[in-house]
Amino acid sequence: MWQWFHKLGSPRWFYHISGKFLPWLALVSVVLIVTGVIWGLAFAPQDARQGNSFRIIYIHVPASFLALAGYYVMAAAGAVGMIWKMKLADMVMVAAAPLGAALTFIALFTGAVWGKPTWGTYWIWDARITSMLVLLFLYIGIIALSRSFSTRETSARACAILALVGTVNIPIIYKSVDWWYTLHQPATIKMTGAPSMHPDMFKPLLVMILGFYCFYALVLLLNTRTEILLRENRTTWVKELAEPK
Amino acid sequence: MFQFENFDAFIAMGGHGPYVWAAYGLSLTIMVWLALAPLRRQRALLAELRQRLQAQRQRGQS
Repeated sequence: MWQWFHKLGSPRWFYHISGKFLPWLALVSVVLIVTGVIWGLAFAPQDARQGNSFRIIYIHVPASFLALAGYYVMAAAGAVGMIWKMKLADMVMVAAAPLGAALTFIALFTGAVWGKPTWGTYWIWDARITSMLVLLFLYIGIIALSRSFSTRETSARACAILALVGTVNIPIIYKSVDWWYTLHQPATIKMTGAPSMHPDMFKPLLVMILGFYCFYALVLLLNTRTEILLRENRTTWVKELAEPK
Repeated sequence: MFQFENFDAFIAMGGHGPYVWAAYGLSLTIMVWLALAPLRRQRALLAELRQRLQAQRQRGQS
């Protein structure tokens, strides 16, 4: 177990292993997302009340899922890096921030263009929307913080602390639709009980969610590999990557 | 089953076309960029390192 943990903490080993997964992860992500997009846009039945604007759900919900799950990934990596002084975990934390920010932006943007035909407005200071905006600012704050220190250790520590404090926001986002019953509709999919959605509409959503999970893993690996190349460029193995014999 | 009568109806999305296509278009563009940006950055980093190593060797020879 500890040996495995140490191996996983080695950037070189991680770079090597992740390189083998990447093509497969890319293939699975593309297949799932392309299938989900075509299914959701053209073949899923339209919503009785919302018409075709409801098709935005196939981007909006998966992006929101991963924006939230990605925050846990980032905070957990930050905690592991801080507690066990694992360099690789710090790199994962830094890699997760821009990806999470982009997904949060997609969730907010798709929500806004969905809101216009459905609620008559692009933006409203509803509890869920506001707490998602706070999530975007947390991600941006971590990106800014990670670039504002001259030493990597201080930077990683500061980011990990901000990320951990920010996790308070995640349950607030989850629960916001129940605590403040404002404009945003309640969750479509719950961990307990059946989804409040017709199976013909739900199946493509499931495909998209799986596709987004694979896509998240793909980009997280890619970003982590970039960080590794950046930080380990004084090691022999990275020099050999730059100048293959 | 295809939900629209023809291709024009598919594009129009029953009047919701601009919203649906804006949401899908921007989101997918961002996602393609998310996947390609790190690959470009990695290539640039390795090229930079290669140049630095070559410069070091030249300095060592002269």
